[in-house]
Amino acid sequence: MKREINFVLNGERVSMEVRGNEILLEVLREKLGLKSPKCGCDKGDCGTCTVMINGKTVRSCLVLAAEIDKCDVLTLEGLMQGGLTPLQKSFLEHNSFQCGFCTPGVILSATELLRKNPRPDKTEIQEALSGNLCRCTGYSPIIEAIRDFSK
Amino acid sequence: MEDYKFIGKPAVRIDGKEKISGAARFVDDLDFGPGLLFAAIVESPHAHALIKNIDYAEALKLSGVVKIVTGKDFPFKFGLYMHDRYIFAQDRVRFIGEQVAAVIARDAATALEGAKLVKVQYSVLPAVLDAQGALEKETVLLHPDLGGYKHVPWFFPKAGTNIAHLRKVRKGDVDKAFSSADYVFEDTYSVPRYAHCALEVHGAVGLYDNSGRLTVWTASQSPHTQRHLFAEALAPLGLSHKDIRVITPFVGGGFGGKAGVSMEILGAALATAVKGRPVKILWSRAQEFYNTYQRQGLVARIKAGFKKDGTLLALDNTLYWDAGAYVEYGANVVNAAGLSASGPYNIPNVRIDSYCVYTNLPPGGPYRGFGYSEFLFGLESHLNEIAKKMGIDPVELRRKNAIREGDILNYGGKMNASGLLEAIDKVAQEIEWGKKVPSRDPNIATGKGFALFWKAPAMPPNAGSSAFLKFNEDGSLNILISGMEIGQGLLTVIAQIAAEVLTVPVENIRVETPDTDRNPYEWQTVASHLTWGCGKAVERAAIDARDQIFDLIERALNRKREALYLEDACVKSRSDGSFSLPLRDFVIAGIPMEDGTYRGGPIIGRGMFMPEFASAASDPETSQGGKPNVHYTVGASAVTVEIDRQTGKLRIPKVVLAVDVGRAINPDLIKGQITGGILQGIATVLYEDMRFDEKGRLINANFADYKIPTSVDIPDEVVPIIIEIPQKDGPYGARGMGEHTMIPVAPMIANAVEDALGIRIKSMPITAEKIALRLLEGKK
Repeated sequence: MKREINFVLNGERVSMEVRGNEILLEVLREKLGLKSPKCGCDKGDCGTCTVMINGKTVRSCLVLAAEIDKCDVLTLEGLMQGGLTPLQKSFLEHNSFQCGFCTPGVILSATELLRKNPRPDKTEIQEALSGNLCRCTGYSPIIEAIRDFSK
Repeated sequence: MEDYKFIGKPAVRIDGKEKISGAARFVDDLDFGPGLLFAAIVESPHAHALIKNIDYAEALKLSGVVKIVTGKDFPFKFGLYMHDRYIFAQDRVRFIGEQVAAVIARDAATALEGAKLVKVQYSVLPAVLDAQGALEKETVLLHPDLGGYKHVPWFFPKAGTNIAHLRKVRKGDVDKAFSSADYVFEDTYSVPRYAHCALEVHGAVGLYDNSGRLTVWTASQSPHTQRHLFAEALAPLGLSHKDIRVITPFVGGGFGGKAGVSMEILGAALATAVKGRPVKILWSRAQEFYNTYQRQGLVARIKAGFKKDGTLLALDNTLYWDAGAYVEYGANVVNAAGLSASGPYNIPNVRIDSYCVYTNLPPGGPYRGFGYSEFLFGLESHLNEIAKKMGIDPVELRRKNAIREGDILNYGGKMNASGLLEAIDKVAQEIEWGKKVPSRDPNIATGKGFALFWKAPAMPPNAGSSAFLKFNEDGSLNILISGMEIGQGLLTVIAQIAAEVLTVPVENIRVETPDTDRNPYEWQTVASHLTWGCGKAVERAAIDARDQIFDLIERALNRKREALYLEDACVKSRSDGSFSLPLRDFVIAGIPMEDGTYRGGPIIGRGMFMPEFASAASDPETSQGGKPNVHYTVGASAVTVEIDRQTGKLRIPKVVLAVDVGRAINPDLIKGQITGGILQGIATVLYEDMRFDEKGRLINANFADYKIPTSVDIPDEVVPIIIEIPQKDGPYGARGMGEHTMIPVAPMIANAVEDALGIRIKSMPITAEKIALRLLEGKK
């Protein structure tokens, strides 16, 4: 069963047909060419597939593409259409990444946090990022970049 | 200390913008067009069985299935240090999840569906799931043909047993030393298996084009080694090195798991079955857990003899490694650990037996630390216990016996210069060793733990590195290496080394991930040897380019060569302060002469490195002779803990780690390795371990049941301490340190738990549950 969905992706209107069982992550990566969301576990455990729907982060590996009809979808590519965001620059300064595989998801989760809470304390940052696994950095450079930015 | 402009200075990572913008491409991000095929494998459901029949007629009928292959199509062995693996199981499967066949289809879902339709008949054999069981006399043999396997000359397999390799060290007279010792202490410690858990899973895409050229895109730490192993394995198909090309984009975390060749052999082999069409094989997270390398399990029996004054006289360390079904890489972990299982101590009498034992569990292999984390858990725990029994401060006991420059190593060579004592003292000071942390809450016990660490790169004596360096018209540089950027920041360090020689700023240097057709040889990105080995090759390439520049200036402009130097990307002269020629003016364009001709040509530097002093030739009975290890990187670490006496839950207020890096090329990146490595170490103590059921099936092959630390699980404070006692043969004195930072974590936490609660836990992990149960036992 295919159905047509209409949504806004990174500021552009998109109309496309999807099957009922198609996953948003696959559609973004394979049909729309957006490669910043990654597939790290395919079960919603790791957060590398994080994107925003209507301003809230979701695990795109757990979302059916059909569900995004009439929604506003944002990936890292869309977030930085005007160039690196100040938060990304803070990540660059603090070496808040190593292999970079989790980074797009981490930046989206941090962006969501800062929109809701512009001056989070360390615990609030830790909790906001607890769904984004990172095996390289030990997290503290990420936390420092967010704290430094939100000072 | 010399005044450097780029070495030891902060630098914006040259891969930074790609990674924080999502522009960085990983294997699964590459596009191969609508012709891309997908493969799924048929997996063994048995830990040990003979394959009787494979029937894939049903699967072939499925619309979208393109081809099905089995072991019959690829009766070829492969392996890094020992050829004990086949691309697909032949007559026998040896672990649950092993690949028996593959279904290639036009989409991934069809490939998976097809794999489910393949019927395999097995005759189930008894399985051995632990090293001790595999060593028993009447046990079942995993590899009846072990005696005929090809392997490196420093392995000693025991045909007719499950011992794939035994590394023996004999130094001094251990028995005599024990009989003259005032104290002898013996104990057994065990460490389970662990998973790397890089966030990116393993994947490979192969294309065997109609001209007969095989290109394989892989998520790999080892592009050249992969090409070599593919060429060895697929030689019967007529493929040679020049026909095979491995391209490795960014890697989403390695930690050893993407070294050598594991599932990538499938990408190479399957491509040959569907000539002209690219085929992708990507592991699921579950497969990532059970069909790549795992960190091997260890049971260590340690006996140590001391004099009353705390002098360590003798050590007898017997290591039984659960190495899994295939040890083509893992046997070298066993070997490396065997050579060094004395820890960073000067011990006159040493006996080590390090057994690499086949078991019907997934293949063991390299994991950050390469065996050292495992044996140091027991050794450093044991030394703490001994110190307590002897009434000597555990830091003092370590300091007294710490290895120093020139001390004789287990295999007879001499210890390199090191800042071990400085590390011990600085860590002790920073953690306020000897000062008990008061607890504000009677329910919370506080403690401190201390541990030393050391590790040498484990590599063949002829592991080579090389580099090309080429200038562009504007004086910027491209450096070509095959060292992999796996997160550690190698590309930036390489740029800093070249920048220092050529005075070209780091931001004007591009270093990219390799393609074996275009980038020069690198053995593998493992062993924490890249800053040292590849860095040396790059330094030499930069010096080579500089020599060409000075030659040209002398020849074309009659400037005295001895007076020339580089500064701010210009050639200058000590004998003429007014002379300053920007590199960009001539490195491509040449130098114009009065008659309208030019002198020069595009400047290209080349450099190479091999540790020509290393040798693996030694007496198999004693390991004496040879120089298997190029040097050791050492350090010390300490921790404070707070433990809830009811729940056993442990908090870590502070960790201190000092490591002697020789020379810090980029201190920020070193601190990154310290912070990240410590948390990976904490993970192995507090949270993780691989659980197998009685049939050998991994039961926690996902992130919900195998919990890696999240952002709320970190220590409150990490204090990194960088020590710099130069490694003379390294670039600017640098030596590696990437793996080392996780090595001391397990024993130092075990020691802190003992300090806080008086209980010694001798098996990892040290979970809250385990602590709470021990506390309950104590109350009974």
